Amino acid sequence: MSREHEKGMSLIVKTITRLTVGLIFLYGVYIVLHGHVSPGGGFAGGVIIALSFIHLMLAYGKEAAFKKLSKAKASFFESAGAILFLTIAILGFRAGYFFLNFLSKGEPFRLFSAGTIPCGNVAISLKVGAGLFAIFTALVLLKINSEKK
Amino acid sequence: MMKPIFNIIPLFVAIPLAGAFLISLFGRRIKKLPDALGVLIALGLCGLSIWSVRLSNAYTTINYSVGSWIPPIGIGMVLDGLSTFMLVVVNLVAFCITIYSVNYMEKFTAKWKFYTLFFLMLAGMNGVIVTGDMFNLFVFLEIGAVASYALVAFGTERHELEAAFKYAIMGTVGSLFVLLGIALLYGYTSTLNMADMAAVLIEKGTGNIILMVSILFLMGFGLKAALVPFHAWLPDAHPSAPAPISAMLSGVLIKSLGVYALCRIFYNVIGLSPAISSILLVLGTISMVVGGLLALGQWDLKRLLAYSSISQIGYIVLGLGLATPLGILGGLFHLFNHSIFKSLLFLNSGAVEYATGTRDLQKMGGLMQKMPLTGATALSGSMAIAGIPPFSGFWSKLIIIIAAVEAQRYGYAFWAVLISILTLAMYMKVMKYAFFGNLKETLIGIKEVPRFMKLSMAVLAVICIVGGILFISAINEVFLQKASNVLLGGVR
Repeated sequence: MSREHEKGMSLIVKTITRLTVGLIFLYGVYIVLHGHVSPGGGFAGGVIIALSFIHLMLAYGKEAAFKKLSKAKASFFESAGAILFLTIAILGFRAGYFFLNFLSKGEPFRLFSAGTIPCGNVAISLKVGAGLFAIFTALVLLKINSEKK
Repeated sequence: MMKPIFNIIPLFVAIPLAGAFLISLFGRRIKKLPDALGVLIALGLCGLSIWSVRLSNAYTTINYSVGSWIPPIGIGMVLDGLSTFMLVVVNLVAFCITIYSVNYMEKFTAKWKFYTLFFLMLAGMNGVIVTGDMFNLFVFLEIGAVASYALVAFGTERHELEAAFKYAIMGTVGSLFVLLGIALLYGYTSTLNMADMAAVLIEKGTGNIILMVSILFLMGFGLKAALVPFHAWLPDAHPSAPAPISAMLSGVLIKSLGVYALCRIFYNVIGLSPAISSILLVLGTISMVVGGLLALGQWDLKRLLAYSSISQIGYIVLGLGLATPLGILGGLFHLFNHSIFKSLLFLNSGAVEYATGTRDLQKMGGLMQKMPLTGATALSGSMAIAGIPPFSGFWSKLIIIIAAVEAQRYGYAFWAVLISILTLAMYMKVMKYAFFGNLKETLIGIKEVPRFMKLSMAVLAVICIVGGILFISAINEVFLQKASNVLLGGVR
């Protein structure tokens, strides 16, 4: 057995995690993309996406999670999400107002509708997902550092 | 009427936010970017705010509806005399402090983190000032406050973390009072737009619920403004932060999140009743006296300045609480002056710490010989805060005292005069122990600070000296008078 298998939780937890973690991630993406037609949205979906990575970290240890989403990447996505959201807001100036919904609104209750709102949801989910993962990472690393001393 | 030019109003929030995230995205890899982008953004905001004085004079009150939603439904932004005045104060000071940080923050490892947090805080403050929506005010208040908690802990030394933790806890309690107040007010008026809320309150009348809300706001914003019963976090938090942040916190944060928000709500939304006015007078006077007395006994330079901030906030609240035209004018004038000279003095203390490595007044002495510019600017800052005639602080204190006498509040006028003398005494102490006298042997090797720090201190010192010109009628009419008229409209 390689060293990676010794870290994290028991085999049962690892197996269940392996089966569910992708579904959790997909469910998060679903909540984000349907934010404008059903309950949920960028924040809720972002939290679920972050939870899928946190789940991975709990079951397999932090190296396995960092292999999927490193700290640098999380930090990048967090800032990029914020910039993206601000860009959507500033693009509204093109049509005259800050935050103006300048895209075509489409037919209500369709996936491709509501103008800039789905774009805003995606931006928020990036920010929230990466941010929550970064906060969790910071808390985990802080604990490990204090144990070393 | 919406004009394309009004689109500059949301820029006061959008530009610092964009700056913060761009710096966090690229600042780690490109070494010079945080400094260059930071100074550029601060300069742009400063120019924009001064230019907005013209705009607000041309249109009196500009209502901007974000996303073109009709006012009571969508989020509104408002640019009137008072918000323009505050924008100029905040962005002018922020610009000087950004220049100073270019050199000062060299000794910290992650400069880009500093600039990110700094601009988030600035976005929060500008947001609080331009917003016309109650809940939006709370959101921006929290953005500014949370960024400032992190900035106080920036050095990550033991005492800094302790101060930041204390500040975070007390700040959060204050924010919760504000949130509860907003929730109750929303329940009573069914609207969040400030102008709409004021109209509903006039129509429905003020009952016990408004009394409750007033007290919640007094506690919440009083905590942010560090009025005396709620001041305990300030003497720890302000000295622990890096000097540019101390300057920012004492200079503008407690004013924009505390005093400005307090006034905006009490004057323009709820309406200033005589009862609230007397509470403000009493709180202001207590802050003035307690802050002044506590400052006198301090030997830590930055701690002394922090207590002195409490005392000067007392003057501002006293002036505003008088609710007479002259009193409000004096209070706002003192708010402007205090942001300038208190940030200058904190930058001076940072320069002294940068050069000598200590904040203890007893370990200093004769610094004037080695650091002539820091000494001279500290002298002008001290003279201004103590109220020596040609300097700016003299005029604003004089107006507050005259206003108190005019309103026949002789007791308050007496305390204001007395604390003014006490202020002179405490700054004489600073000058005597730190800058005059004989140079200590341990300090022979020190050098004057780098050029950007000198430049920023010199600019602020010049504003201290010529601050009185704000009272020349041409400038006064377009700038200070407009701001005080906005508040005066809300006195009942």
